[in-house]
Amino acid sequence: MLSMNNFFEKSDISRSEAENIVSDTLSKCDDGELYLENTKSETLLLDDNKIKNSSYNSDLGFGFRAISDEIVAYSHSNEISKNSLRQSSENLKSTLKSVKGTYNHEIPKSNKKYYDNINPIEQKSLNEKIKILNEVNNYLRSKDNNIKQVTANFLGEQKSVEIIRSGGESLTDVRPLIRFNVSVMLEKNGRKESGVYGVGGRQSYDFYLKDENWKSVCDEALRIASVNLESKPAPAGEMKVVLGPGWPAILIHEAVGHGLEGDFNRKKTSAFHNLMGQKVASEGVTIVDDGTIDNRRGSLTIDDEGTPTEKTVLIENGILKNFMQDRLNARLMKTRSTGSGRRENYRHIVLPRMRNTMMLSGNQTQDEMIKAVDKGIFAVSFGGGQVDITSGKFVFNCTEAYEIVNGKIGSPIKGATLIGDGPSSLKEVSMVGNDMMMDPGIGTCGKAGQGVPVGVAQPSILINKMTVGGTKL
Amino acid sequence: MVKDQEFLEKKASYCLGLAKKLGATESSVIVNNSVSETVNFRNKKLDESNRSDDLGISITTYIGKKKSSISSSNLLDDNLNILIEKCVEATKNTPEDEFNSLPDKDLLAKEVKDLSLYDDTHIENDQKIDYLKKLELAASNDKKIVNTESSFTQNKSNFILANTEGFCAGYKTSSFTASSVIVAKDEKSMERDYEYSSKCFFKDLDDAGELGKQAAYQTIRKLSPKKIGSEKIAIIFDKRIAKGILSTFASAISSSAISRGTSFLKDKVNQKIFSDSINVLDKPDIIKGLGSRNFDKEGVKTDTLKLVEQGVLKHYLIDTYNGKKLNLKSNGRFGGTSNLYFENGNISFKDLLNSKSKSLYITETIGHGSNIVTGDYSVGATGFLVENGEFKYPINEITIAGNFKDMFQHITLANDLEFKYATNSPTMMIEGMVVAGK
Repeated sequence: MLSMNNFFEKSDISRSEAENIVSDTLSKCDDGELYLENTKSETLLLDDNKIKNSSYNSDLGFGFRAISDEIVAYSHSNEISKNSLRQSSENLKSTLKSVKGTYNHEIPKSNKKYYDNINPIEQKSLNEKIKILNEVNNYLRSKDNNIKQVTANFLGEQKSVEIIRSGGESLTDVRPLIRFNVSVMLEKNGRKESGVYGVGGRQSYDFYLKDENWKSVCDEALRIASVNLESKPAPAGEMKVVLGPGWPAILIHEAVGHGLEGDFNRKKTSAFHNLMGQKVASEGVTIVDDGTIDNRRGSLTIDDEGTPTEKTVLIENGILKNFMQDRLNARLMKTRSTGSGRRENYRHIVLPRMRNTMMLSGNQTQDEMIKAVDKGIFAVSFGGGQVDITSGKFVFNCTEAYEIVNGKIGSPIKGATLIGDGPSSLKEVSMVGNDMMMDPGIGTCGKAGQGVPVGVAQPSILINKMTVGGTKL
Repeated sequence: MVKDQEFLEKKASYCLGLAKKLGATESSVIVNNSVSETVNFRNKKLDESNRSDDLGISITTYIGKKKSSISSSNLLDDNLNILIEKCVEATKNTPEDEFNSLPDKDLLAKEVKDLSLYDDTHIENDQKIDYLKKLELAASNDKKIVNTESSFTQNKSNFILANTEGFCAGYKTSSFTASSVIVAKDEKSMERDYEYSSKCFFKDLDDAGELGKQAAYQTIRKLSPKKIGSEKIAIIFDKRIAKGILSTFASAISSSAISRGTSFLKDKVNQKIFSDSINVLDKPDIIKGLGSRNFDKEGVKTDTLKLVEQGVLKHYLIDTYNGKKLNLKSNGRFGGTSNLYFENGNISFKDLLNSKSKSLYITETIGHGSNIVTGDYSVGATGFLVENGEFKYPINEITIAGNFKDMFQHITLANDLEFKYATNSPTMMIEGMVVAGK
């Protein structure tokens, strides 16, 4: 039977005693909660023709947070006990001894759920999973003689959370998450190149594996590696860039996403902090951050403060409309939480974070974009990115790209880093495609040492000017 | 208070005993506890306090050549019983791998030397606040500074590693870390930079005022950067970036990358991969060293290795599993290097700056642009244009690119090595790289 975790079942403290400690600790604070979490996860890894790793993790703990004005006091522990909770309470009180607040009991409610209460790990036996990994290995190695290495892995997780607020209000969520990744390395004439692809989301393994669906994941990893085997050195300098749909939306995540998170804007350390209501992107560019898409990797029924998630419009037709907020930053900026308060786990404080960040479709075609470029690159697949939110400069690393010469796609080029400036690069978008696509569901976003699962989406776009970090002058 | 050795040992031996009873032929276990206390300041005021008490256990069980593992933060016996049973079950169902085994008994560490890695000093939150007040005061002198965020963390950890070959050892470590991130603004730009200090002993930590001043200086000098054109130019890497290049080298010589064939340094032992004068050491027994240790995560004794001698690669970083696969003995590098560093070069920092009429001094890189399969390197960068030994103006929104195989052959090191991190490099110049800008 899959039911909500009872965090106090094996503990020396009852739920009502815990509620009393929470209410007592937070009585003179503006906000705060006791966050309880139990995560079960598994990793299965096939590498070098063998099952290299089969491991299971069970992680239990709490994080107790009290906030007064701008000050956050946090304490976490793995031991859910009277002693440990009291010690945390004392610790919070001592930090906040000289400040006073009024607890805000208001928290929006919703009955909507964006994934099922399942434990994906238990839905498939270890033997079945090992069998599929071996099939993946055999399938790929029989497909191409140049394959020198195959790595494939399953990651499955079920995270149960409970948020107890002052006064005893309790909010709960059970979050499934899985990921299936394949990476291959090819070697031909002494040259080595690799290709990586994966899929995932908040649902059962079967959704991705039924009818030998896994074959398409293998094919894609192999295709990327094969393209790279033929690649030439990438060019260096400023040029036009066409981005394919889907995963290349890492651009949106880095160029504007992070800079629109509430904390950096409250502190005025984001390059966007004084641009609300202003034009930050070309006409036709609309960007939303949506936590409500069924079964997506970045979706959440409630965020880690208990606020139901929503679809937040960040940029509408080029104009900056909203930041992403958690409760703390929303209160200090006199607005409401957008359900963007997230944390990696109970060891970390809540920060405003992205969920599924998406640029919506326009009405041009990818063909039109390619034809419009004399000299530039067409980037299809990316490894990751990073941003300096203060200077606004961001990078992202292509793993599959081609040169464009006189309106035609030419030879593949080696992986290179692209660099741009967040507040200005989206003003350089001159065409928005009609082919919006979600990413395959494998993204993890890092901020302040915390990784959280996120999604991205975009149509094909043409950017007039970006610096490509190749080696060919 | 961090848990004592006796508590951790009791848990470890309970797990080994239970695994054996349930049918494991061998097993190993790590139990650790870490207690951290952090205070954060922002704009000279208290911003956050954070206390964390982390327990963890991870167990690997073997049945012959089959292997599986579990980990948990819940150390109650009830939970351990369920998990170990699950682990042994999973082991039975996992295919055999001929290279799976505990380390060879004669390679295990026989003694635990006292490397002075634990300072008993407890810094109360009020003392942390005093340090941060002093730091932020020193950092906020200039009107261009619009935001300061500083942090002080005290960490105390303890662990036990035990296995069914009779190994059972562990020790306490401590660290005291202070850092400051500054944002400065002028009419044209807003920039961020930082300074950081981390030591095993509190009394060795950088002076708060000096740290604050340095963070502010490094930020202000980045204001009003320019973008330069694309060209081939000598690159000088600040120490904090140069150490990253050394870390990439370390991942490329890890026995797992070598045995899988996914490293550009495969089969390069006894070949010259760096310029002539380059020596790389991994020295685990530095007193108070941030990467110091007596043995690796499998219990294998960790001796000093001269990884690169006069430019020639001498060793891989070997663990038990990949060692058996490569037919080499573990050299105690499961989990990577200890105190890894380039030995000093023979010119001063000043002479290095002066050695070219024009060069680029890099203080920060962004992006994950290192590919250890091909050796390709391409990252976003920020820094300064240097002309005739002088810093001319700040530069940003550029990328630098090359291939490590060439880059390693064109390294010149200054003689300014210091042990600030676990991995350290003197200031480094590499010739022949490409900058992409305008």
